[in-house]
Amino acid sequence: MSTDASAAAVHAPEEGAHGEDENYLNHETGLWSWLTTRDHKRIGIMYCLSLAVVFFAAGMLAMAIRAELIAPGQTVMDADTYNQVFTMHGIMMVFLFLVPSIPAILGNFVLPLQIGAKDVAFPRLNLASWYVYMAGAIMTIVALVTGGVDTGWTFYTPYSSSTGGGILWMTAAIFVAGFASIFTGINFIVTIHKMRAPGMTWNRLPLFIWGLYATSIVQVLATPVIGITMLLLILEQSLGIGIFDPALGGDPILFQHFFWFYSHPAVYIMILPAFGILSELIATFSRQRIFGYRAIALSSVAISLLGFMVWGHHMFVSGQSAVSSIIFSLITYLIGIPSGIKVFNWVATMYKGSIWLQTPMLYALSFLFLFTIGGFTGIMVGVLAVDVHLHDTYYVVAHFHYVMMGGSVMALLGGMHYWWPKMTGKMYNETLGKIAVALIFIGFNLTFFTQFILGAQGMPRRYYDYVEKYAPLHELSTYGSWVLGLGLFLVLGYAIHSLYWGKKAPANPWAAATLEWTNVAALPDPHNFLRTPLVTRGPYDFHLADEVFGGGDGVGDGRAATAGTLEAPKPAPSAPEPQESH
Amino acid sequence: MGDSGTFWLPEQASTIASQVDGLFYFVTWVSAILFVGVVAAMLYFAYRYRRTHPSERPTPVKESKLLEISWIVVPTILVLLVFNWGFKTFIEMNVAPPDAYEIRAEAKKWSWLFTYPNGTQSDTLYVPEGQPVKMTMSSQDVIHSFFIPAFRVKHDVLPNRYSSVWFEATKTGTFDLFCTEYCGTGHSDMITQTKVVSQSEFDEWVESGGGAKDLPLPELGKRLYSQQGCQACHSIDGSSMVGPTWQNLYGKTGHEMEDGATVTADENYLREAILEPGAQIVAGYQNVMPASYSNLSERQLTALIAYMKELSTNEAPSGD
Ligand code: HEC
Ligand SMILES: [Cu+2]
Ligand SMILES: [Cu+2]
Repeated sequence: MSTDASAAAVHAPEEGAHGEDENYLNHETGLWSWLTTRDHKRIGIMYCLSLAVVFFAAGMLAMAIRAELIAPGQTVMDADTYNQVFTMHGIMMVFLFLVPSIPAILGNFVLPLQIGAKDVAFPRLNLASWYVYMAGAIMTIVALVTGGVDTGWTFYTPYSSSTGGGILWMTAAIFVAGFASIFTGINFIVTIHKMRAPGMTWNRLPLFIWGLYATSIVQVLATPVIGITMLLLILEQSLGIGIFDPALGGDPILFQHFFWFYSHPAVYIMILPAFGILSELIATFSRQRIFGYRAIALSSVAISLLGFMVWGHHMFVSGQSAVSSIIFSLITYLIGIPSGIKVFNWVATMYKGSIWLQTPMLYALSFLFLFTIGGFTGIMVGVLAVDVHLHDTYYVVAHFHYVMMGGSVMALLGGMHYWWPKMTGKMYNETLGKIAVALIFIGFNLTFFTQFILGAQGMPRRYYDYVEKYAPLHELSTYGSWVLGLGLFLVLGYAIHSLYWGKKAPANPWAAATLEWTNVAALPDPHNFLRTPLVTRGPYDFHLADEVFGGGDGVGDGRAATAGTLEAPKPAPSAPEPQESH
Repeated sequence: MGDSGTFWLPEQASTIASQVDGLFYFVTWVSAILFVGVVAAMLYFAYRYRRTHPSERPTPVKESKLLEISWIVVPTILVLLVFNWGFKTFIEMNVAPPDAYEIRAEAKKWSWLFTYPNGTQSDTLYVPEGQPVKMTMSSQDVIHSFFIPAFRVKHDVLPNRYSSVWFEATKTGTFDLFCTEYCGTGHSDMITQTKVVSQSEFDEWVESGGGAKDLPLPELGKRLYSQQGCQACHSIDGSSMVGPTWQNLYGKTGHEMEDGATVTADENYLREAILEPGAQIVAGYQNVMPASYSNLSERQLTALIAYMKELSTNEAPSGD
């Protein structure tokens, strides 16, 4: 890759000379160098570690929830503990994990590399975002310790007004963490507008960038609303100003409007970057141009804007007027369509491609499977009359886990595997990778598909205890969570193994055609590119990407690809194997 | 209960249930077909076009406008269809028939209290079969939600306003009633039952003050005294509140009225005082007793009077 003289397409050689010696990980070392770094790649790694801890903690809480629900009645904890556990699970997963996850880890690491920039537009702001995020995370822990947060992640008033002081810390934490989101969003928007390499037109932007762009818009516009809402809640509680609490003359429905005005768009903050990753994975592992590139790019932006107009679909039975419900239902359908289009486009991209079923692609296919279920059940809960029955039952719980975990988390895992070689310079064990996908896929469906049936049968959500008839499905769901947990631990295990003992990665193990693979060393240089790349083709124009294939004589090369089969015992000494041939 | 449901949905026990279910199954089936299509295409492509050699370079596929337009238009038509259907049923769910029988529901952490028009109260919801029932609901503390899966109805119960929901039960039996808005420690204990009984059985149940059929009359009267709210204005210890005390009321002779007349407080006088409080006003009191007690059943009236008798040491007035 890269390098190659022959590359009709452009770009500059870089690594060549000192590719091996200096890279972003070793050019400075020590804790202090990390804590003060302005390198987007290092900030991405720092976010990755912090978020891994949050994901682990919130995941363990999920296991505890499932353990409690394995049978009716009390099994491992009492009702109050249970309520706090599911509350913390929700808050941590949504506000501290899913919202930042893809943009903060992969967005930070990949975005400048993919558009051919040296860094993001405001490196200091980027570092600040990490610190602000950490402050939010620490406040969350304080809230956990002060205790008593048992409101669910939705904080509905007046219930939340009547609970202890922990809630103040909690809402303050979310208020603070919101700023991390805003910082990242602003940074990305400016970077994408201003720092693209020459030739990187809007039509040549990788779709991951489009996804991040759409996400950033939502982050910047929606996050202030949750900030204000939390602030109002704090004012009400500490000063007794009646805003949401009817006892003080406030209106609890108003809180729900405020809350969902942010939290629905937040769903798109979580899923739009996942769409972006999916496009990268499907294109690379199918060696095809994305079918309907423009439709995918623009539908992301359309979703981000329409996403602001559907919040009321969370409130069909809450007491908002029937007319509002009807309008919200209609717009909700309109937003379903662009998501559907994307799924069709991804499948169509595989048509007549060259499909390589490596772990990241398996995650992409799992995503298609799970997200499609999540999407269809979303249509179901958008049907006014049916939602009356399904609202606040396990059907909804299953639906959003299919979208958030089956969608965002699957895409994140796929993306982590895909960019892992670039981030760490190491390959992971492909066989274990495949086993883990299988475990996660099976475990996930076992855990959550059962919940669709439970919900349709009427099982309400947030129930500590339940009537006997729901017992068998709950039990099955809990077994599923063990399989799912096992799969995730396996990923953790081989990821750590790979860091120490993994095979050295070549610069472009997947034979991908975007800049971070074609023009960047195996382990990126601190300044990403040795020479500013010049872009002359689209991100998925494999038919023009001779450098990926080494000359395009059609035979023999593909070394990049073979090296990617990790286990391949090819020692490949000079990582960025310039094709000798031709 | 709930045993005759299907794989997906619980038993249907209201007029609206079959409509909701029809819609549910329609969406499920259309989704299932499209889903199988998507997954089958995905798996087929993954197999048919699997990479056999690392140097494979497929030729780019031309985009097809027709294909893209069709997968925008077809889903749009489908969702509009579903929207329209869901919307019609939703309207029906939201507009209670004018002749609906009204029951008040009061939610608090963590119990339900249902009040019927004659003041009978219960914590299990009794409803007559084949009669539209409208629930008028409110909460004393936080938000709760009223959900009967077998009826496919649900609505939040709010602290600062009334909300309502209506249904018409189509079969007798016992069905779960859940609180579905998270409300704290006892949220999952806020479960009760809905008992659907025949109209005649229901009438009898309500008349008798809620299953108090075999209760001795004075006992029932005592219960009604608090259930019906008489205790807010009438004392039983001789003290004067908004209304006169009931102590030694029964059998009192020379009872003075506002217009100067005197009466004997016998059964008929008391009966009239309850049913038509404005007809004669007791001297020294305002005409503020609600007229709404006129729908008390005969048995309830008798019970209340029997209770008043117990509170009085007066001789029974002779004849009328
Ligand atoms: C809002 C207050 C209020 C409530 C509630 C109320 N009453 Fe009264 N009641 C009065 C007042 C005031 C009077 C006297 C004025 C009048 O006769 O209308 C009265 C008079 C009466 C009398 C005649 C007393 C007398 O000294 O002659 C009877 C009997 C009576 N009420 C029965 C009942 C019963 C039974 C209930 C409950 C089912 C009830 N009331 C509920 C306010 C109330
Ligand atoms: Cu939403
Ligand atoms: Cu509740």
